[in-house]
Amino acid sequence: MTSATTLMGLHSLPGPDADDAVLARFLHGLPGVDEVGAEARVAQLATRSIKNESKDWALDMLVRMIDLTTLEGNDTPGKVTSLARKGIRPDPEDPSCPSVAAICVYPDLVADVAAVVAGTDVKVAAVATAFPAGRARMDVKIADTTQAVADGAHEVDMVIDRGAFLSGRYGKVLEEIVAAKQACGDAHLKVILETGELATLDNVRRASVLAMIGGADFIKTSTGKIAPAATRPVTLVMLQAVADWRAATGRMVGVKAAGGIRSSKDGIRYLVLVNETAGEDWLDPDWFRIGASSLLNDVLLQRRRRRSGVYEGPDHLTID
Amino acid sequence: MSRFTYAPAPQATDVVDIRSSYGLFIDGEFVEATGGHRKTVNPATEQVLAEVSDASPADVVKAVKAARRAQTRIWGPMPGAERAKYLYRIARLIAERSRELAVLETLDNGKPIRESRDADLPLVSAHFFHYAGWADKLGYAGLGPDPRPLGVAGQIIPWNFPLLMAAWKIAPALATGNTVVLKPAETTPLTALHLAEILQQAELPPGVVNIVTGAGATGEALVGADVDKVAFTGSTEVGKAIQRQVAGTRKSLTLELGGKAANIVFDDAPLDQAVEGIVNGIFFNQGHVCCAGSRLLVQENIAEPLVERLQQRLTTLRLGDPMDKNTDIGAINSAEQLQRITDLVAAGEEEGAQRWSPPCDLPEKGYWFPPTVFHGASQAMRIAREEIFGPVLTTLTFRTPEEAIAKANNTPYGLSAGVWTEKASRMLWAASRLRAGVVWSNTFNRFDPTSPFGGYKESGFGREGGRHGLEAYLEGAR
Repeated sequence: MTSATTLMGLHSLPGPDADDAVLARFLHGLPGVDEVGAEARVAQLATRSIKNESKDWALDMLVRMIDLTTLEGNDTPGKVTSLARKGIRPDPEDPSCPSVAAICVYPDLVADVAAVVAGTDVKVAAVATAFPAGRARMDVKIADTTQAVADGAHEVDMVIDRGAFLSGRYGKVLEEIVAAKQACGDAHLKVILETGELATLDNVRRASVLAMIGGADFIKTSTGKIAPAATRPVTLVMLQAVADWRAATGRMVGVKAAGGIRSSKDGIRYLVLVNETAGEDWLDPDWFRIGASSLLNDVLLQRRRRRSGVYEGPDHLTID
Repeated sequence: MSRFTYAPAPQATDVVDIRSSYGLFIDGEFVEATGGHRKTVNPATEQVLAEVSDASPADVVKAVKAARRAQTRIWGPMPGAERAKYLYRIARLIAERSRELAVLETLDNGKPIRESRDADLPLVSAHFFHYAGWADKLGYAGLGPDPRPLGVAGQIIPWNFPLLMAAWKIAPALATGNTVVLKPAETTPLTALHLAEILQQAELPPGVVNIVTGAGATGEALVGADVDKVAFTGSTEVGKAIQRQVAGTRKSLTLELGGKAANIVFDDAPLDQAVEGIVNGIFFNQGHVCCAGSRLLVQENIAEPLVERLQQRLTTLRLGDPMDKNTDIGAINSAEQLQRITDLVAAGEEEGAQRWSPPCDLPEKGYWFPPTVFHGASQAMRIAREEIFGPVLTTLTFRTPEEAIAKANNTPYGLSAGVWTEKASRMLWAASRLRAGVVWSNTFNRFDPTSPFGGYKESGFGREGGRHGLEAYLEGAR
């Protein structure tokens, strides 16, 4: 254990069965986050200028990190299977273009997606636990999760109970994460903090650590259903949390920024943030993801421009 | 090999036209100097950028006469609202030509383009905008119903923020109806000379601003000339000499001198932001900042891990070509300054402090110094007492809040300080006890034209910026 671990308040961690009082003492003992300072840091990193071969690298990495997502009430099997095909082969005119990381859908559509991605490296991710509000009884949430995994989800994106978190019932939040992790079996668990509802960066750090105590494989910013969704200051704090967690426990946890990232330029700013905060170990689809729908086409346009030197219109790309 | 290397992203330099030689700017025109010439170099490459004039005492007298004429006949009697129009025009022209000026600043000074583009230039035009707004409202500044200008101001500025310091000096002087003779530093005269072109473009009446380039002798001539006011930013040593020179004369004086600021980190600080604040406090502008947070005072119980975290952060700093948009640390401004930093760092090692720098390759040409942190230093060492004016941080520890304040104030300087704590009562307690002109709360090196800036003790006297900045240029307000 390094001394930096003591500094960040992670030297003696509560267990997964800790109660509200123990968790409150622990979480409120973590170092605070100065909002102005966090914003200044991300603004400074946003001025990094990524050109030429480093831009090529970044664009390909962005494609590989995308969880291509559709989470609409009117999603159909036809819509999600077409999205899955796009995810496997994003640019039909360029076989060198990598596949996305995963296709992210509602649980009832998992089987349809699983049938398409079978035999490829593309994963199926399901949002579960009464997504997006998380307002359901625990047994309903677990049933939701179990069904998604049974239907072939490799990854489960659960939501935390924000009402419980904000009222200080940390034990309840933790209990649900632990139960969901158990229900996941071999599937990876991404814990959605819904930072837009947590409001402060202090809460973002506390929720990040709480999710990691519960066994999260990934911590994720948002559902995409609440504004603001992913922001760079929030992602900065989460990246610092996972880096501190590895220093304290040796275990690496991934980060997923979801919602609101639409342009390649914005996407590259996230890569810079990862690179200069958590470090290059996280610059990998196994450890950093971006939940997005429209981002992919913008990255594809940029890739084509880098190869041909001309901008093509959006009509040259597929709408899925 | 890192996974994500940033390809070179050089800022184009053809946005600025550097002339092969520059004269003095007197009475609205560029004129030949009688004191000879010197070369100004790019400190990152040691290449000569241009030949610049040395103003002789006779040239200085000529400039002061032009300023006097302009002050008594045009600028002094002009209604404030009219002066404001010129200042607004200058502010807008600077903003419009900011890329060109940022590139020139980086070429002549060595600071990263990211800083000249994102910090210096926005502040330069903001400063002119701020004082433009004051020009017709001087009667409402709390300095009497109709405060009068002093007359002609002789202003001498340093090389660390060449154009920004010019703006800090010129804007309040002009807003209050004074005229100016400005002497830029001999290693960084170019942006001031391009500012002269902007003043011509703005059709500022001749003689209102005059710019005389040169070294110490030119500055001495300016202080001794027929000026009503001397404003100086630079070293404490030169500041004292100027104070001796004007003693017993009618000239009023403001001095903004050196510093050895404490950056105090309590154990309840927002630690990740504190680390950023320490970096920004001492490595901003290669530490060529009079208010730099050069003494880190950390509470003993977190000292070791905090410094460990700081060092980890320092390994991500990018040192190199200042013109690359991704560079964080640029070149040291001159061979002379590099020598001073090298000497003081050697003294620190000799006195027993442990020196640490992140692994980084220094370019072969130019003047460079790696970011440096000293551990195990004590208050008695030279590196803890003397202003190094370079990228060198000295770390000290404290056990109690009282000890932190005592150590922070235990310096002949008093320009700035920083305090890091999430506890508001402790913040207010500390801020009220620190004898420093600026106390930054959970931040460092943040500037704004509305905020007064200036020192206690040997860091000087007088305030620049905001309403307070007007006082230094008005009769009876001091």
